[in-house]
Amino acid sequence: MDIKVLGSGCAKCNMLEDAVKQAVAKAGLDAQVEKVTDMERIMGYGVMSTPALVVDEQVRLAGRVPSVDDLVALLTRV
Amino acid sequence: MDPFAPYQWLADALTYRVFGLAPGSRLALAVDFFLYDVPKVLTLLAVVIFAVAIIRSFFPPERTRAMLSHTRLYGGNIAAALLGIVTPFCSCSAVPLFIGFVESGVPLGVTFSFLVASPMINEVAVILLAGLFGWRIAAIYIVSGLLIAIVSGIIIGKLGLESWVEEYVYKLRVGQAAEIAEQTWRERLVYARDHVGEIVGKVWPYVVVGIGLGAVMHGYIPDDFLARYAGVGNPFAVPIAVIVGVPLYSNAAGVIPLVSVLTEKGVSMGTSLAFMMAVVGLSLPEAIILRKVLKPKLIAVYFGVNAVGIMAIGYLFNAILR
Repeated sequence: MDIKVLGSGCAKCNMLEDAVKQAVAKAGLDAQVEKVTDMERIMGYGVMSTPALVVDEQVRLAGRVPSVDDLVALLTRV
Repeated sequence: MDPFAPYQWLADALTYRVFGLAPGSRLALAVDFFLYDVPKVLTLLAVVIFAVAIIRSFFPPERTRAMLSHTRLYGGNIAAALLGIVTPFCSCSAVPLFIGFVESGVPLGVTFSFLVASPMINEVAVILLAGLFGWRIAAIYIVSGLLIAIVSGIIIGKLGLESWVEEYVYKLRVGQAAEIAEQTWRERLVYARDHVGEIVGKVWPYVVVGIGLGAVMHGYIPDDFLARYAGVGNPFAVPIAVIVGVPLYSNAAGVIPLVSVLTEKGVSMGTSLAFMMAVVGLSLPEAIILRKVLKPKLIAVYFGVNAVGIMAIGYLFNAILR
């Protein structure tokens, strides 16, 4: 599983990255978490509110930081 | 009936019975004011931020952009200013938002109407105004903010300043707008609850300090003390208020309680409104962030047009709100 956290470096983007890493560990997923800060790549996903979450090249979340449990549910419901 | 009557009763009981302060004394006035206003404003903040967060969960920026793309001057400016109120906005998303708007064919002037309205008409400012000045002033603030956003967007649109946007913005390839699953009601409620915690957690110290300073002034400075300096009679009061207000970003939560007391002490209403709009709507951090996409000339026009609009509103209400 390929997970990307999109964000230009605001506080919430770091919160989402931490929450995603926790969720991955909690669900025992085999996943790579990458942080994307490059504006050109962020815009490439058509996202306008950061932070955003991209799972296997699909945008799943934008503009909010859900709880770790909600992220676990989101990541395991494919 | 005033829904905050129990708060007044509690503040009175604490001030006069528990602390045993003499009714009418300066200290009692200040303490009573503080004990009434702090819980009242914090309650209003929590309730309204919750409601606003629920409403906003229906207007993600991606949807707002879709509504605004291919709009025209005038109509588009009005729609953008109104959507600016309901679309969640934080200055850290200003750059992707700006690029996203411009790329999808939202005209530059319409984009600016959004960028002006979104921070200026924010829930914290409106609630504090309603709680401390009443709903009439809060409504005047919202309408004035909309007017400034619409007019300054139209002016920027008419000036044709597209070349003052950094060139790379037009070269970026924006992906197809992401299809994000609609949030469930449970997600909206959790989001709203977290949002209340986040905002109230951030602004409460400002509210307490602002009301605390206000309480001292309420008790110790005679009414109309400031009328001589910043009343309707002083034509420079409005521009000075705007110039002082711009650097005071992020202290809106503390500034508005203070301003409510300044008004009581004789600062005219138009001057106070102009000051608050300058504090809330124009901020240096936002200018620094927007520098990534706008050339300095365009930032200067953006601030200039806005500041002039705010001053005009200040003079207007000094003339009609006597």
